[in-house]
Amino acid sequence: MTKYTDQGKQDTRSGFGAGMTELGRTNPNVVALCADLVGSLKIETFIEENPERFFQVGIAEANMMGIAAGLTIGGKIPFASSFANFATGRVYDQIRQSIAYSDKNVKICASHAGLTLGEDGATHQILEDIGLMKMLPGMTVINPCDFNQTKAATLAIAEHHGPVYLRFGRPKVANFTPVDQKFEIGKALMLNEGTDVTIIATGHLVWEALLAAESLENQGISAEVINIHTIKPLDEKAILDSAKKTGCVVTAEEHNYLGGLGESVARTLASHHPTPQEFVATQDTFGESGTPEQLMEKYGLNNKAIEKAVLRVLKRK
Amino acid sequence: MPNTEELQDLVVQVRRDILRMVHKVNSGHPGGSLGCTEFFVALYNEIMDLKEGFDMDGKGEDLFFLSNGHISPVFYSVLARRGYFPIEELGTFRLINSRLQGHPTTHEGLPGVRVASGSLGQGMSVAIGAALAKKLNGDDHLVFSLHGDGELQEGQNWEAIMYAAGNKVDNLIATVDRNGQQIDGATENVLPLGDVGEKFRAFGWDVMHIENGNDLDQVIAGLKEAKSRTGKGKPVCIVMTTEMGNGVDFMMHTHAWHGKAPNDEQLANALAQNPETLGDY
Repeated sequence: MTKYTDQGKQDTRSGFGAGMTELGRTNPNVVALCADLVGSLKIETFIEENPERFFQVGIAEANMMGIAAGLTIGGKIPFASSFANFATGRVYDQIRQSIAYSDKNVKICASHAGLTLGEDGATHQILEDIGLMKMLPGMTVINPCDFNQTKAATLAIAEHHGPVYLRFGRPKVANFTPVDQKFEIGKALMLNEGTDVTIIATGHLVWEALLAAESLENQGISAEVINIHTIKPLDEKAILDSAKKTGCVVTAEEHNYLGGLGESVARTLASHHPTPQEFVATQDTFGESGTPEQLMEKYGLNNKAIEKAVLRVLKRK
Repeated sequence: MPNTEELQDLVVQVRRDILRMVHKVNSGHPGGSLGCTEFFVALYNEIMDLKEGFDMDGKGEDLFFLSNGHISPVFYSVLARRGYFPIEELGTFRLINSRLQGHPTTHEGLPGVRVASGSLGQGMSVAIGAALAKKLNGDDHLVFSLHGDGELQEGQNWEAIMYAAGNKVDNLIATVDRNGQQIDGATENVLPLGDVGEKFRAFGWDVMHIENGNDLDQVIAGLKEAKSRTGKGKPVCIVMTTEMGNGVDFMMHTHAWHGKAPNDEQLANALAQNPETLGDY
């Protein structure tokens, strides 16, 4: 199978920070807002180099979303950042009315998504944010898989006119996609061609999907691996082409199985090409404290869980 | 600039528009709309520096944000009569396929509206953002906003009030329509607001009052005074006392007409109290 090399573990939030640094230098309309989490969002360099284009709003996320909406009036491109829980569920109506319904060009940038922020526990581990955001008409939802891809996505969304939800995380994970890749919103990436099963993964689960595919290859199972970094709009053609070829699908995401990538894929398949599908996702539950690795093991979100799901779905072909 | 008599004629005509709009669809919010008629007429025809036509960015002109979006009838009427869209379109208020939605929105492309409002408490944050964009753009025009008094019960306002003072957003004039009424009754019974002006002042705003927000001269003078106080390091708050339902005797001194339309007979009575001046739509 296609070989991918970990260039050294890094956190996706630092990819966001690197993207912001570059945008600060190249796009004078980009402004940043943060709700008392500058260090966690890795935007110190942007702030240092562009102090007049940074707005510290304090612990007041609702106000941040409104100010971001207002800044677009006058041509600014606001990147409003916080933890995923506080950037979505806490301020859903502000996003809905002042940003999405008002067609505002705001980029909602959310770190610490999913279980992998670890020890802080369930108050901070949102597993519902993809669902919340994808249900908003006009909202683009992006969940890149590693440092390089998060940086590329950060640059790409500045060029896209319209509200965007960019989701990333805290743990250091494999960095395996190309440096300076071009990021095409809504375009799935074929990471490994296979014939027996399609694994469709997003975010931190993409690397786990590649590990699973490698193990499966050793068992004589040929797994196709697709990286869906954009959950909305979804690259339906890539999904359907692959499902028609392999005849079964496993989706993998660090999110509740309700409302996540898996459901979007299931809707696509059910509408156009009904196909057996297994879901690697949390099972309608809150998280808890623990190390990221322990949590991913306990909640069934790692390469072993993907492998098991593949073996299950193959029996349903 | 039109003279005061012309503006007073416009006030009466806008009242007629409001009443006819809500009557036609048997829904909408006449009470607060009628109470803020003088404010809107003054703002759009005497106070704000506006460009011809409409573009979303609004660079090089003053901007206005309506936070209490339910008083859309007065907003739409004044926008139409200021030339943002044809006054005939007022007849489509709240109808299917209309740009004049129940609550204002940018979504249907209605000129003059820059953000959706209706879910309360969000407008001040948006106005602050627009004011910050003006500062970044080196645009010395002002941002105006209007808020219901009951709406101040939403916590987001106080985040915004704290932010604006703390960050010296001094190109912003936020007016609170202090009519003392909300859907379930008097504000002081539903959830007491106390002294609104003192609260803003405690947060660091420059606060002034318009004692009678239904006296056109007072409103114009107050808004001019507020403009003169901008650019001095503090956001400006106007606490404007109004009478909900003003101009229609049976709609005043009660919260009953917050969100209720008059029937045929009541409409005739109300219109008789506000004779046609500039021509109905």
